[in-house]
Amino acid sequence: MFLRNAYRKSHASTKRFFASVAVDYDFSETPNLDEIHLKSPKKKTKINLCTAIRDAMDTAMETDDSSIHFGEDVKFGGVFRCSVGLLEKYGNDRVFNTPLCEQGIAGFAIGTACSGATTIAEMQFADYIFPAFDQIVNEAAKYRYRSGDEFNCGSLTIRTPCSAVGHGAHYHSQSPEAYFAHTPGLVLVMPRSPIQAKGLLLSSIRSKDPVIFFEPKALYRIAEEEVPDEDYEIPLGQAEVLTEGSDVTLVGYGIQMRKLILAAEMAKKDGISCEVIDLRTILPWDADTVEQSVKKTGRLIVSHEAPITNGFASEVSSKIQERCFLHLEAPIKRVCGYDTPFPLVYEPIYLPDQYKVYEAIKQTVNF
Amino acid sequence: MRTAAFSTFYDVPFSNQMKFKKDYPRIKAFRVMDEEGNIINKEYENIPKEKLLKIFKAMVTNSEADKIFNMAQRQNRISFYMTSIGEEASTVGSVAAIKDHDLIYPQYREQGALIYRGYTIKEMANQLRGNHYDVGKGRQMPVHYGSEKLNYVTVSSPLGTQIPQASGSGYTYRIKGEDRIAMTFFGDGAASEGDFHSAMNFAATLRSQTLFFCRNNMFAISTPVDEQFAGDGIGARGIAYGMNTIRVDGNDLFAVYNATKKARKMIIKEGAPCLIEAISYRGGDHSTSDFAELYRNEEEMAKVNSLIAKLGNPITRVKNYLEAKKWIDEDYIDNIRKELVVEIRECLKDATKEPFPHIDEMFNDVYYEMPQHLKEQREEMYEHLAKYGKHYNLDQFKR
Repeated sequence: MFLRNAYRKSHASTKRFFASVAVDYDFSETPNLDEIHLKSPKKKTKINLCTAIRDAMDTAMETDDSSIHFGEDVKFGGVFRCSVGLLEKYGNDRVFNTPLCEQGIAGFAIGTACSGATTIAEMQFADYIFPAFDQIVNEAAKYRYRSGDEFNCGSLTIRTPCSAVGHGAHYHSQSPEAYFAHTPGLVLVMPRSPIQAKGLLLSSIRSKDPVIFFEPKALYRIAEEEVPDEDYEIPLGQAEVLTEGSDVTLVGYGIQMRKLILAAEMAKKDGISCEVIDLRTILPWDADTVEQSVKKTGRLIVSHEAPITNGFASEVSSKIQERCFLHLEAPIKRVCGYDTPFPLVYEPIYLPDQYKVYEAIKQTVNF
Repeated sequence: MRTAAFSTFYDVPFSNQMKFKKDYPRIKAFRVMDEEGNIINKEYENIPKEKLLKIFKAMVTNSEADKIFNMAQRQNRISFYMTSIGEEASTVGSVAAIKDHDLIYPQYREQGALIYRGYTIKEMANQLRGNHYDVGKGRQMPVHYGSEKLNYVTVSSPLGTQIPQASGSGYTYRIKGEDRIAMTFFGDGAASEGDFHSAMNFAATLRSQTLFFCRNNMFAISTPVDEQFAGDGIGARGIAYGMNTIRVDGNDLFAVYNATKKARKMIIKEGAPCLIEAISYRGGDHSTSDFAELYRNEEEMAKVNSLIAKLGNPITRVKNYLEAKKWIDEDYIDNIRKELVVEIRECLKDATKEPFPHIDEMFNDVYYEMPQHLKEQREEMYEHLAKYGKHYNLDQFKR
């Protein structure tokens, strides 16, 4: 609680880190107790995604003395305030600023992970992860394989804020998951909500493989949920069916889930029943759950913010086409960003919003 | 031809003494005037009145524009802003000492350089609003200025990426035999990026006509320099990479101006790069997304207070000099500030009235010629807007 209060205190003055993104949907949900096994389900606190991330890191560091957290500006609490209070609680050896160098952060993080430190490294923005591409793709991803499992950096987690925020333009808005999804050996995770974020981040930190944990930054402040106070994990590699339906399957991850649910509600008024699935883990992804759903609905729409060409929707679409060809009633549709850099003033038109998804639903159902 | 202090590396000197080296004399920051604006080295008191007044006007314009645009962000009239409060002498003084056709690769806090070269308040306001007069076509965040006519490469947010590009441009100028340099600005934080190191090494070994200008303002967002590097700042690295290097008092216009002028001369004469490290202090927040009070606490400030006192205010230092010379009277600065306030507010008001560019601009310039798939996507967008246009505030865009 100490941390939470410290966080709240500093939060009051730092609201202007974020401009609001118009999201007219209350996303709060209750923990899925079939999946999240809780000892004390009644102990929970209403927190946003940013605090849930901080809570997960706090829990990870409290339960594992070897864990460390570092990155640019994390010491004072991070530019998104996700690490507030951790320095005070765990000291400067375990929570520290690095020089400003993403490739350095990634390489250093691999080294600490290889040498017995559970490592939570932060890339300040996913848009700035590219100097670290070599370290992540050629080193972290292949560490176990290339050494015949003599060495591994499985205790590495790289957290990074991603996706649109309303005013971020080219370099504060990108969703670069697909570049990394082409890399065997990496685990990619993107949560949709605070409850999910805490459980998935704890699983990521404790996973035996290197994980890139993408945090949709537009959700940091706007998403609030009753998050269990205790230590819990949500399994990686498993998609979740959020809404069951019979006419069309909608698949996405991260903040895009909000758009999918809004679109599903619009379609419901037209009598169309959508099954909504959150992949949660982008790599390795849960094709079985999607397959099962598409065999039932016969239709699939995949959606993400990143540009459509070679986006992760391409992979989902192609795999499901292989598995479900004879069950499909309509071509699989992708509703994604256009193939342009992420533009500033055109952002509302650029984004694959609920109206674009809704239109795709209608076209697919009426094919 | 090597550019380092010694002619060949093969001539390695040997010694029977085992000696690790870590300490070396601190590089001193060159200054021409003291923090009050009194000249302490007359040899460099050499900026003619007319030129100095032009520089001074640009510095004041920079600071006034920063105040008003920063406030405009607070009022939600623009989405983002970055001030360069306290660094006006570095950005304006350096650019005043090079030639107009020299290419500038900025980081993002060098609006002073652009203003000196003639970028108007109107152009700034249009960019900040991303309206249809913005040459960047509303695609990038505020302060991502660029101007081909002013030889100022468009700002890109990723840190340090511009530095090796300046090495490439400077190389091209040398092999073409041009009297032209590429000058790049970057901060003490960006100098930690790999790009900085490759840029320095490339420029020194390939002999680029490149001027590296580090604005060491003691901060990278919240990270102070003592967590950024352990050596003697950025200057020490210039020497290590084998290039002419100087550290200057970045709040001393005369020092910045003279060092840059001399650096340019050496770069052209030797066909080799130069590094200037300007010591300054970031007066404002990192950006409007930042809240420096969170980390500029008493403990941090205690470390830098005496440096800040020594640096003084760059504008006040020049003002005091100009007044002592009787080149301006007491009211001069107030008068130009008053005029500027009116101009800046007017420009912002006008820029706010203008619509965003035509929505086609989202798809233009991705490639030289638009490929088929983008034409199709643009078509899909129009089909979508025909049905759902009412959800998109299309009136904001130019028809």
